[in-house]
Amino acid sequence: MADTVVELRSVTKRYGRQTVLDGVDLAIERGEFLTLLGPSGCGKTTVLRLIAGFEAPTAGEVWLDGAEVTRLPPNSRHVNTVFQSYALFPHLSVFDNVAFGPRLAGHRAGDLDRRVRETLATVQLEDYADRRPGQLSGGQQQRVAIARAIVNQPSVLLLDEPLSALDYKLRKAMQIELKQLQRRLGITFVFVTHDQEEALSMSDRIVVLDAGRIQQTGSPRSIYETPANLFVAGFVGEINLLPALVQEVADAGLSITIEGHRMRLPKGTAIKTVPRAGESVYVGVRPEDLRIWREVEVTDELRPSLFPAIIDEVIYKGSTVDLQVRLPASGTRLSTTQFFNEDDPAITELDFAAGERVYVSWVPGWEVVLPHG
Amino acid sequence: MAERPIVAARGEARDLRGEGGGFRRVAIGTTWFWLLLFALAPNLLVVAVSLLERGEREFVRVAFSVGSYVRLLDPLYAGVFWSSFRLAAIATIVCLLIAYPFALAVARAPLRWRPALLALVVIPFWTSSLVRTYAIVILIKTEGLLNAGLLALGLVDEPIEILYTELAVLIGFVYTELPFMVLPLYAAMEKLDWRLVEAARDLGAGAWAVLWRVLVPLTLPGIIAGSMLVFLPALGMFYVADVLGGAKELLIGNLIRDQFLSARDWPFGAAASVVVTLLMAALIGVYALSQRRLGSRGAA
Repeated sequence: MADTVVELRSVTKRYGRQTVLDGVDLAIERGEFLTLLGPSGCGKTTVLRLIAGFEAPTAGEVWLDGAEVTRLPPNSRHVNTVFQSYALFPHLSVFDNVAFGPRLAGHRAGDLDRRVRETLATVQLEDYADRRPGQLSGGQQQRVAIARAIVNQPSVLLLDEPLSALDYKLRKAMQIELKQLQRRLGITFVFVTHDQEEALSMSDRIVVLDAGRIQQTGSPRSIYETPANLFVAGFVGEINLLPALVQEVADAGLSITIEGHRMRLPKGTAIKTVPRAGESVYVGVRPEDLRIWREVEVTDELRPSLFPAIIDEVIYKGSTVDLQVRLPASGTRLSTTQFFNEDDPAITELDFAAGERVYVSWVPGWEVVLPHG
Repeated sequence: MAERPIVAARGEARDLRGEGGGFRRVAIGTTWFWLLLFALAPNLLVVAVSLLERGEREFVRVAFSVGSYVRLLDPLYAGVFWSSFRLAAIATIVCLLIAYPFALAVARAPLRWRPALLALVVIPFWTSSLVRTYAIVILIKTEGLLNAGLLALGLVDEPIEILYTELAVLIGFVYTELPFMVLPLYAAMEKLDWRLVEAARDLGAGAWAVLWRVLVPLTLPGIIAGSMLVFLPALGMFYVADVLGGAKELLIGNLIRDQFLSARDWPFGAAASVVVTLLMAALIGVYALSQRRLGSRGAA
């Protein structure tokens, strides 16, 4: 497995006084779909430009295919980019756009023609070879940009927010198509996005960046379920953060005080750094992990383990109903997502009303405990 | 570049119509009247004169004749036309070679530097070009600044003869016409999407490939516009050849001027003038055609 195709070694990039990347170490495996995820200005595009060769790091090294390429110009690197704006050549036909790279590499006549047509077929554009980019829709231009890059069979394909200009439906379709393409071609994809949903659905591995530093690297599932810190928890998906105080740390788990309740969190809880007794932490729970109980469902036996709450807002989402609730004791607001459930007669209809008094709970162990800061 | 002002003018005209058609009619009417009186009428007169005979006492004798045009077929005059075209063409190419990298550098310079850099191009217009042409004489004459410098540096043993050669005329043309090449090129490059250059480099293009496969094709309208703006005036300019070329270099402009002012053969001068005008019109026609083709490509 450990076949590394791209490696950044303690890469720092500064523009004047501004530090865009701060000591980034990153190894990208051959054949994986890696996503760089972060808010705008986090440095994700800079990582891409360093790999492509448009920028050189202020400090550190860039390695590609086992060779150092830190100062090598882009035309000497076996890497291709799909640009956010597509950057198709307006004066060339679709065919000539795709043939741009192969021609420079010395492919001629029949060989060139075969290569270009095969690649156009891969992105289902074989009938558009003679059109100019200006005559194509956004989605078609996107495919040309992809074809123009993959025709060169690069070691790594860099994609800079390639789907951000497309409308919602087309974006969804292209996500699936890109993922299939990547599997079929076996080319390493490095994909940049600020859209966490896109990152989760497409990637083998996600690198979450913020303020020029890598916050967490891992599979989509581990990023979502066990975020390493408050930033990752908040950026990837929605999360409710409840302030809590650690009372006791034992082998069996944590004992905490939360909203006036004493709770036991079993071991195996997603804890990256084990807190000390007496430390203030946040307990994070995803909206879909919060369960809402109506008054009629709650038994006296159950009541002490639940948090009383008041519904502020009911938002119908089609397949789900989102509830904004408030814990009257502290005023903490939580957002929850309730799924229609045929088996639960009390909430079959999910006909909640604003102002209704309810109870909130979650299955202990489904939360994450995050240190402050 | 050539299409911009027309679009703007249309937009303004539409705005003005709302405020009252009177102003618009007067503004456009005045310009039309001016052009009819001082551009079209004299040109028609020139055409008319070219078809008359030379007079002994008057400038022309009112008798139809195509004799002047026939005389132009003389190899002597064909030679004049040829050397004029050749010199104008060389001047255009030299201007292009100098202006292209400069315009590229200005277009890539930080935004706050660009006005200053463009001002460098425009400043020479503050002085009459005739005066500037005489200034070149001072620079390149045998005991001029250029030779003094070269001698002082020991680069040459004796002064090089530039003044009153074809080279001097070429220097004069290039110097006078350079801004007309720089400005349209800059206009074309300023609009260029530089991400396309990045894309080309990403696909393996070195500096030359970027130039030939991306920059030149995309700035072609600017290249054509600049070349027209240099070539056409260079064809007609006579004082540069007079001042820098001495009497040796006979170009079309000088030929026409001489027919009117010294040889007093108005019909012949007019005929030469008409031929030059037609050639220029043909060139502009080719230009317009190429613009339309480029335009339809870009718009489609």
